[in-house]
Amino acid sequence: MKYLGLIWSNLKRKKLRTVLTVLSIFVAFVLFGYMAALRMAFSQGVELAGLDRLVVRHKVSIIQLLPEAYEERMERIEGVEDATFATWFGGTYQDPRNFFAKMPVKPEEFLAMFPEYVLTDEERAAWGETRTGAVVGRALADRFGWQIGDRIPIEPDIWRLKDGEGAWEFDIVGIYEGAEKNTDTTQMFFRHDYFHESRRYGTGSVGWYWVQIAEPERAAEIAQLVDEEFANSPAETKTEPEGAFAQGFANQAGNVGAIITAILAAVFFTILLVAGNTMAQAVRERTEELGTLKALGFTHRGVSMLVLGESLLITLLGGLLGLGLAWFLISKGDPSGGMLPFFYFSPKDRLLGVVVALLLGVIAGTWPAWQAQRLRIADAMRR
Amino acid sequence: MSSDNGALVQVRGVDKVFKRGSEKIHVLGGLDLTVPQSEFLALMGPSGSGKSTLLNLIGGLDRPTKGTVEVGGQRIDGLSERKLAAWRARHVGLVFQFYNLLPVLNAARNVELPLLLTRLSKKERRKHVDTALSVVGLTDRSRHYPRQLSGGEQQRVGIARALVTDPTLLLCDEPTGDLDRKSSDGVLDLLDTLNRVQGKTIVMVTHDPHAAARATRTLYLDKGQLTTEPVA
Repeated sequence: MKYLGLIWSNLKRKKLRTVLTVLSIFVAFVLFGYMAALRMAFSQGVELAGLDRLVVRHKVSIIQLLPEAYEERMERIEGVEDATFATWFGGTYQDPRNFFAKMPVKPEEFLAMFPEYVLTDEERAAWGETRTGAVVGRALADRFGWQIGDRIPIEPDIWRLKDGEGAWEFDIVGIYEGAEKNTDTTQMFFRHDYFHESRRYGTGSVGWYWVQIAEPERAAEIAQLVDEEFANSPAETKTEPEGAFAQGFANQAGNVGAIITAILAAVFFTILLVAGNTMAQAVRERTEELGTLKALGFTHRGVSMLVLGESLLITLLGGLLGLGLAWFLISKGDPSGGMLPFFYFSPKDRLLGVVVALLLGVIAGTWPAWQAQRLRIADAMRR
Repeated sequence: MSSDNGALVQVRGVDKVFKRGSEKIHVLGGLDLTVPQSEFLALMGPSGSGKSTLLNLIGGLDRPTKGTVEVGGQRIDGLSERKLAAWRARHVGLVFQFYNLLPVLNAARNVELPLLLTRLSKKERRKHVDTALSVVGLTDRSRHYPRQLSGGEQQRVGIARALVTDPTLLLCDEPTGDLDRKSSDGVLDLLDTLNRVQGKTIVMVTHDPHAAARATRTLYLDKGQLTTEPVA
């Protein structure tokens, strides 16, 4: 600690240069925070996916429908415990910007397969009794200020009503909580029978199936059995673990993880050059001072540690300020208005940010520190 | 700290050869020097005669090509870099021609630098710094940065920094070389006092006969050898 004052004083030597370097590192780490949150938003579905659940979709694409009658056949396959289905509903609540996922499901089967969505017994009962009943996640309810008993109109874009051009209407009968902190509570689920009876077309078809299996280690084998069951039929299937399905869904926007990694690599490489150049200049400018320190009794290693400490202080200062601002801004919420329910700066990513800042400091400072270390006193004092 | 014969510094048969590309430059050749405890020795000689090189060897800033350097009974020519650095910090005070103060530190913090290498607490360091600055008469300038001080004051800060660890040996390389006559006299008065009152052994390299006159003995260096007579 007693050397911190000396290191800090050296940083104040060229204030403008230090400020500009710290600012560039600061901006890079704000970007890092946002990129990490974005990656989290795209990958969290994958991380939360159940190991004991498979997703069965049409072999051609997710937008092709499957027959509702597949459910019973799936449940007869060896290794399958249960099967249930859902359909992508689409639709708009008041404004296209108010995006959130809405899906018709069979309540009992759905809640049994997804225990992470928690409803009270009263809410479960109300959902069973109300044909137009819908349950919404806590985050979604908070977003629009919904309460139990509210009636929600959804303007259709895929599924028109059988008997008119108007909006679908749903009655909120429950607000589900997440069993885990990161459970998605931004979705709305409603009853399949209401959907089935009210839609204009597509009767007897569903979007995809979830299949519960007893032995996760047999997932690949059971997935193959499911696909074989429907091979050579008009609606062949593609079955995969829920995680792989979620990954494929996320990848519709491109390989987000790879894109983010590439951007961050480019940013940090540039920052490395900036910080490295700052430190190299700093050492070149004060060769004589470093020689003086050695003459006074500082060891070669001690002087090189001072230079390395300076590099670390610069990157940590910029890095921690950047990470702090990113954390603050990201904690304000999803900038897309609800399209990215998992947009947050996780503790793991924050720690990674600190480690990156440290590494940046060490790498940027290594060469100048080595130059300072090998400086001979007599040579330094002659310059 | 002196050896049995009362000598603080003993240089024996020292050669110093510098290499510049393929060329070898012999700066010192078989040089012997004994500096008794509490002596104020002036080293004079033309530029390039090896005065500063000899001072560097005595201060452990450089190593002889051949021969031995003993200070306070301890051979320093064979010490490892780390031990030599620790030895310098403890036993030698260095005063430079151009003061070599760190411009980003104020006078007090410049003086404190050698104390950072000790185990002293912040409070103890502060006490030592205050004492050193009072010895050189700069207590009221402790918060001033080098750019806010005159040349003479900067050199006094440099002397305070050399004194702050209470070394036995002070090595001064042209301490008045960058000063006007008045400031020069002030610095020489200070060195004189340190020698006479505190018993510091001082080896001072200088071009200035006026400065050398303040020393108790003057030696002349020419062609790598020491003489007692001025070089013609």
